[in-house]
Amino acid sequence: MIDDDDLRRLLTIRHFERRLLSLFDEGELSGTTHTCLGQEYVAVAIAPLLEPADVVVSNHRGHGHYLARYDDPAGLLAEIMGREGGLCQGVGGSQHLYREGFLTSGVQGQTLPLAAGIALRHRQAGARALAVVFMGDGTWGEGAVYEALNMAALWRLPLVVVVENNGIAQSTPAPEHLAGGIAERAAAFGIAHELVTGDDVDGIRVQLRAAVQKARDAPVPLVVEFRTNRLGPHSKGDDARPAEAVAEAKARDWGAAYAGRFPEQFERVDLEARERIDAVVADVRRRPLSGWGAR
Amino acid sequence: MNAPAERFAEHVNRALGRLLEEDPATVLLGEDIADPYGGAFKVTRGLSTRFPGRVLNTPLSEGGFTGLAAGFALAGGHPVVEIMFADFVTLAFDQLVNFAAKSVTMYGRRLSMPLVVRCPTGGGRGYGPTHSQSLQKHFIGVPNLHVAEASPMHDLVALLPRLVARGEPCLLFEDKTLYPQRMQVDELFRYDHLDDAGLFARAYLDAVPREQLDVLIVAPGGVAVRALAAARRLFLEQELVCQVVVPFELYPLDTGPLLGLAAQAGIVAVAEESTPGGTWGGEVAVQLYERAWGRLRRPVVRMTSADSVIPAAAHLEQRVLLGEAAIRRQILEAVGA
Repeated sequence: MIDDDDLRRLLTIRHFERRLLSLFDEGELSGTTHTCLGQEYVAVAIAPLLEPADVVVSNHRGHGHYLARYDDPAGLLAEIMGREGGLCQGVGGSQHLYREGFLTSGVQGQTLPLAAGIALRHRQAGARALAVVFMGDGTWGEGAVYEALNMAALWRLPLVVVVENNGIAQSTPAPEHLAGGIAERAAAFGIAHELVTGDDVDGIRVQLRAAVQKARDAPVPLVVEFRTNRLGPHSKGDDARPAEAVAEAKARDWGAAYAGRFPEQFERVDLEARERIDAVVADVRRRPLSGWGAR
Repeated sequence: MNAPAERFAEHVNRALGRLLEEDPATVLLGEDIADPYGGAFKVTRGLSTRFPGRVLNTPLSEGGFTGLAAGFALAGGHPVVEIMFADFVTLAFDQLVNFAAKSVTMYGRRLSMPLVVRCPTGGGRGYGPTHSQSLQKHFIGVPNLHVAEASPMHDLVALLPRLVARGEPCLLFEDKTLYPQRMQVDELFRYDHLDDAGLFARAYLDAVPREQLDVLIVAPGGVAVRALAAARRLFLEQELVCQVVVPFELYPLDTGPLLGLAAQAGIVAVAEESTPGGTWGGEVAVQLYERAWGRLRRPVVRMTSADSVIPAAAHLEQRVLLGEAAIRRQILEAVGA
């Protein structure tokens, strides 16, 4: 059983993402969004392994990464809805978020060199801080990834690459876009690789603590690969997976499994999280449209 | 007798050295820039020895190390990147256009992105189609991205820290043919600056009052030297008086300081080594049309290299690159001589 705080964070992310999809259906959101339904536990497991000076560089599927580190659903929703109080005044939107110690970009692979550069600066400035970059399995198609891993290994950079391998890149299954394996790719650079197959946040922390500590102290880069599970569509309504694949993803959902094992705790915290997100939506909806002050 | 002026490569080296000396957040990144090699054009020679750990040889990863430099800058550092041949900056296009430039404003607040990317540029050395281009125009019109070009008439020791202090990414082009040349102009000319910051250098004939002016030539960096050679012959052979204005900042460009001279001459020629089409010179011409329309006696003369790849063989390369003779010929045509 995980503690209430962890479960609250997991379910806050889940309800946040679900509400985004329903807000799209209601015509209240424009543009696009990529939810992390099914993958919430990845960022929640990682969050307490980080220190305040660490910098997180996230990707298009980054809402959970943000909410796992900062308890700020209103700031994120206001950003996505283009309302006052948004993280980036509505300029960045879902895929371009910024806060001291956290940023995202929507171009695949681009962020790996960027994170390596942040890690280099940390090392040169004598800070014991990590750069942590999130990427998916599809991102391994980008050459920038390998250039970054090469430099990170050569220069012993405190860089943790968190791979959310959900087995599918938008609509293309991993066997069609990824030759060989991710562990082998890390090994080619002499970079340590940790494979996480479970979804228990406590167990994951126990597994990763020493490796993350080493990345920070040595320093050296580290690749952590999560075999994870994308419950929802790539973005909004674009799930072209066969029904069996969707059913299989649903059967593997950590949330359903956890609810079955600890129904009392789950229902209590789930209700709390849902009501909180409902209140956040109500609040943000009432806000005026965002301005854009300093350009 | 005075010591000869320093060579352009030595000048850039001194500017980089000064930056490393005065700003502990500065690092240099690039391929083969450390000693004993000191860079393909020897511009960084000695710096890795003087500043251990701050001049980093990179793998062959222009996109990777430009992106890495952007991250370094975002985290408070002041990186100066060398792209060995400007042609290879295309490999860093995503990092420059889609991240470094956008990061300044896409997060709804101003972030500091003090990234300088040095690009040894241009032909004239027989390096062939993929090592000789002038790609400045491809970076024009990107919000928050600056394009500058060094010249023998600009003090990079003063201007380089200015690029860093602005906190916005900048491409700094350096014409490869300038590296061995001295930081001086043709003996018939003197030069001054049109603005206090020293961004607009203006070369004029020593023997002629500055008010006397037939043609204003606007040319950046290395082309400016060829424009001066053309101006020299135009004066000696045709008694045509040209002045050459050399802007340091190509984009964004404020043509304000040029307007007086443009009106005075009535004939303006813009010279650049780029291929024709979507050029920097076209941008200059449009600004002059908008701001000095009634004072121009004829359309701006836009001079570029040929619409062609750049051949390796010297005799073929000469045919396509904008040289002194082509500048001279086009100016003579424009004045109707």
